Amino acid sequence: MPEAASIYKVDKVLLVAIRDNITDTDIINLQEDLSERIVSEKARGVVIDIAALEIVDTFVGRILAQLSAISRLLAAETYIVGMRPAVAMTLVELGMDLPGSKTALSLSHALRALKAKGLA
Amino acid sequence: MSGPPAEPAARVELRQERDVAAARLAVSRVMDAMGARALRKTRFVTAVSEIARNALDHGGGGVIEVWRLDRPARIMIRCRDEGPGIADIDQAMTDGFSTARSMGKGLGGARRLVEAFRIDSRPGVGTTVEMEARP
Amino acid sequence: MTAAMTEVSRLLQEDFEEVVDAWFATQKREGVRRPDLFSDRESRRQLSDLLRAFADTLGRIDLSQSVDVDAEEWSDLRLALSEITLVRAERGVAPWEMTTFVLALKQPVFGKLNERLRDTPDRLLQEAADFGRIVDAFAMHINEHFIAERDEIIERQRAEMMELSTPVVQLWERVLTIPLIGTLDSMRAQEVMENLLNAIVEHQAEVVIVDITGVRVVDTQVAQHLLRTAAAVRLMGAEAIISGISPKIAQTMVELGVDVGEVTTRPSIRAALAEAFRRVGFAITRVEDTRA
Repeated sequence: MPEAASIYKVDKVLLVAIRDNITDTDIINLQEDLSERIVSEKARGVVIDIAALEIVDTFVGRILAQLSAISRLLAAETYIVGMRPAVAMTLVELGMDLPGSKTALSLSHALRALKAKGLA
Repeated sequence: MSGPPAEPAARVELRQERDVAAARLAVSRVMDAMGARALRKTRFVTAVSEIARNALDHGGGGVIEVWRLDRPARIMIRCRDEGPGIADIDQAMTDGFSTARSMGKGLGGARRLVEAFRIDSRPGVGTTVEMEARP
Repeated sequence: MTAAMTEVSRLLQEDFEEVVDAWFATQKREGVRRPDLFSDRESRRQLSDLLRAFADTLGRIDLSQSVDVDAEEWSDLRLALSEITLVRAERGVAPWEMTTFVLALKQPVFGKLNERLRDTPDRLLQEAADFGRIVDAFAMHINEHFIAERDEIIERQRAEMMELSTPVVQLWERVLTIPLIGTLDSMRAQEVMENLLNAIVEHQAEVVIVDITGVRVVDTQVAQHLLRTAAAVRLMGAEAIISGISPKIAQTMVELGVDVGEVTTRPSIRAALAEAFRRVGFAITRVEDTRA
């Protein structure tokens, strides 16, 4: 089984691209990998690209919220980017509007925001 | 619950976690074949994900069957498990109720995402959920 | 192929034009001819096509089985049918008219059958019963097909109207607005949200102004729809500003206990636009004051 996500480092930012139709274990593993990478690479920003995700259910939604919270604790500002309209509408319907997570339209929007704050 | 007439278009056994992903994919493909709109597909497949995970986590596994129904065109799934059952369905359907890790938005959320939702659960026998939506 | 329907098949071959005429006449008598939709000539042509497909189908089906109009043998007839139903559904013909239209075929065929099989009542009864069974199944099918067709048209018209009633307008680079007018029920709220989110992607918009100046009533449900729209906009990575909140609506919302949380609100679309410009990094300045 391929990795649930690829993590790249660009300057001080970790870019995470999540693959479609991941299993629960995959995304829990991603949570661990990402936390370790933030510390080892001294990242100040994290961008999680979920454009490939056709489905974000309550479980994945909760992990996304946790990823943001963990990164914040590790002093890396985190953006969730590329959410599809249908996914956004479904999440709101599920009552999961990820209040603690920052969002941006796309990777470049998030990078611009991080640069403006001197984090990228 | 009375059975639909034809053979299911897809059938997925839920034994391990990756079967939940397989169930999502199977339903997604059937809806693609029906020419489903993106929003309707996302809503329905998300609901399937919730109940499939529920059957695995609480029901100890089960099976999902998928049908294409006509007049009007719609998709229907049935998810059965032979787990301990849900003692209080009304409570389980309320947001915030959870006996495990799903944070308790799953069942109630799934019901809001589909056009028809039926649940039949008996303690000691198991739980059956049926859901329908237009493509 | 059973022998039971041979006479009906034969009479449909030999007396084809007569049956069409009689069918046509019965339809006229029953008031389902619809001269407002089709000329006599066009109507007759439709009936001929339909009857020919029907006669061909009779030769293919097995009468010892139950009649299944969805089966392969019926495909020609279903095709001939779809042309007729589509036009009628589009022009608002009622389902009962469609059913009567088909059932009107019974009378002329029964009449002809009676002439031909007068001396063998057993066969007459058998063929009439079989033919009746098939026409009934056909009428049932046409009815279902017709209703499905009509539902589709209604759905399409509803979608078109929704689109018309919820236009998303680009005000400036990266700034959109959606002026809401009238009532905001659940169905419309979902439509609004979908249009808006798709437009955000299309225009790569960062700020969207949801203007409710034209919304008559803001109750708890409408407020929930607005807040959910704002929440979905934020998940996409854009920001929503709700504008057009009159003093009266503000009072009502507080009385209802609606908490807008982090969502930005402005009394007018003008104030919202100024805020939107600020966020995307533009400013409106007066070029020169000529009124001095």
